[in-house]
Amino acid sequence: MSPNIRIALRFLTAKKSSMMMSLSCIVLGVGLFIVTQATTSGFKDYFIKTVLGTDGAVRIQDKMQSSMQSIAAGGNDSPFEIQVQNGQKYIEGIDYPGQLETMLRTFPNVSAVSEVLHGQATIRSSFKDDTIQVYGIHLDDHLRVSDLGTQIVEGSLLDFRTNPDRALLGREMADRLQLKIGDTFQLEAAGMFHRYKVGAIYETGVEDVDRVRLYLNMEEARSLLKKPTGASYLQVNLFDKNRAEADAGWMAQVLQHSVASWQYRERTWLRVFRALSVSTIITVSIFTLIAALAMFNTLAMIVMEKTKDIAILRSMGYTRQDISRIFLWQAAIVLAIGCAAGCLLGLGVTYAVEQLPLPIRGIFATNHFIVNYSIWHYVGAVVTAVIMVMIASLLPSRRAARLEPGDIIRGTAQ
Amino acid sequence: MKAGGPDDVALRCADLHRSLGQGASRVHVLKGVSFEARRGQVYAIVGPSGCGKSTLLYLLGLLDLPDRGEIWIDGRLMSNSQDAERTAARGEHIGFVFQFHFLMMEFTALENVMMPMRKLGRLSADAMAERARQLLDAVGLGEKTHRFGTQLSGGEQQRVAIARALANQPSIILADEPTGNLDVKNSAIVFDLLTRLAKENGQAVVLVTHNPEIAQRCDFRKPMRDGVFV
Repeated sequence: MSPNIRIALRFLTAKKSSMMMSLSCIVLGVGLFIVTQATTSGFKDYFIKTVLGTDGAVRIQDKMQSSMQSIAAGGNDSPFEIQVQNGQKYIEGIDYPGQLETMLRTFPNVSAVSEVLHGQATIRSSFKDDTIQVYGIHLDDHLRVSDLGTQIVEGSLLDFRTNPDRALLGREMADRLQLKIGDTFQLEAAGMFHRYKVGAIYETGVEDVDRVRLYLNMEEARSLLKKPTGASYLQVNLFDKNRAEADAGWMAQVLQHSVASWQYRERTWLRVFRALSVSTIITVSIFTLIAALAMFNTLAMIVMEKTKDIAILRSMGYTRQDISRIFLWQAAIVLAIGCAAGCLLGLGVTYAVEQLPLPIRGIFATNHFIVNYSIWHYVGAVVTAVIMVMIASLLPSRRAARLEPGDIIRGTAQ
Repeated sequence: MKAGGPDDVALRCADLHRSLGQGASRVHVLKGVSFEARRGQVYAIVGPSGCGKSTLLYLLGLLDLPDRGEIWIDGRLMSNSQDAERTAARGEHIGFVFQFHFLMMEFTALENVMMPMRKLGRLSADAMAERARQLLDAVGLGEKTHRFGTQLSGGEQQRVAIARALANQPSIILADEPTGNLDVKNSAIVFDLLTRLAKENGQAVVLVTHNPEIAQRCDFRKPMRDGVFV
């Protein structure tokens, strides 16, 4: 052990109560940082998982068409006109989904594509009527671009797959219409009435989906909505979901259709989560700042109390750098213990918070607190604490190093 | 740079000037002091309070910088050297004993004596501990090596300070009123120890004292008044 560390350790034990205060602040700062980040990012990640599991990473819909404008080639009286592009307009739906699917499969990041037909209908149950949205899907394709398989809360997909007259209803829709598995209901669209049975009930946790979205097998949906060809949109799954924005831009250029990534579709909520995350970082950074101030205070006190020790060390050949390091080592030792204990505290509290019951429905479905165990929260907490505490420790350590031994011994040290 | 003097001159200064204080209260404390100390000799600097004895001692110990003049330590001119060089010279060539002991209270007597050796880093940990024990034995504290500073009397603390000053076998021992805070009996013990060990090791001892008996027993007395030797 170097003499500087040895001295630092002994100086630390000389100011136990102050050091314990600094240590407690660091432990709390690091622990709270981890817990708040774990909970904030836990909800955010779960929201993203729900979004991806419901509407997929990328949605392709509406054909893009350049709109042209004629202008006179040689002034107002000119008989000649030229066509110039003055913008783009979108034509609803996808005429040839098969062609787009073939092109999409050439994108290296695309893992699956599902064709979806969408239209409005009126549902009539024995209890009440309501307006809903019908989604026609090829079940196996759709299971590859969504979490529909794991979102089933009642009934079975096998029933839906094998029987064309079966429908998948959202939890809220089924509750509102008082429909149960096997119950019969009527759908009315474009003046046609079709009778179906409830095959299964799903729950995404997204209120806007679970209340209005009803899935039918594609052929049934085509028949009901009178759309024998085409699709409303393609739902695309990606291997790397985080590349969705870049891929969406690329797809739009190549396919000449409007393409929306999940980040674009959910930008409002994502901004809310980002603001929440920044807000909690600021709040917990204040705790770490308090820890840094406590450390500053403790070290400043030790420097004042140890001026004679500093003088004697300097007279023995200890350099200014040695003196500075002795004080920085004290900060580093407390910091290391504080960070380790803070990480353990953060981990423990995160686990405890995870057990807390908290029923939430609306943007996702959960019955307890959602947390995210990420090494980066621990790294972030430790880096924040290290930066703040070491900066706070620099001042007293530099002051200690600047002390002149002659002045101290003469009793005139400032 | 060599001083040009005989090899047994451990410390030499010439025409040292030093003023202390700021602005109107600035006082010219040392007014051209010249002095040399030889190995194996004990020098007492005596004089009234405020005459510049301690200021001279701190300059000779490279704890302070002179305004003018030169200081040679073991033949090397040190008065104009950088802080790092002066710090290294203190660790290697100079041992200090102060009036108020200045032991580090969080450390045992043994650890206090080992402190300068640890910085110099010439010996192994075992060799350092062995030498520290020998030195504490020599000052009569062989049984109290593991006592903390707070568990030692004033006289014992000063003896530990002497052992610590001798730890790196410096060529110069500078002592600022080493017996000033001790009773008569302990003063005699501390002075005897300091001079005996220094003479055995061939070290030059320069001590500042108000005690006429102590001064009388030194090899040389250097009376000072108003910043000059008289």
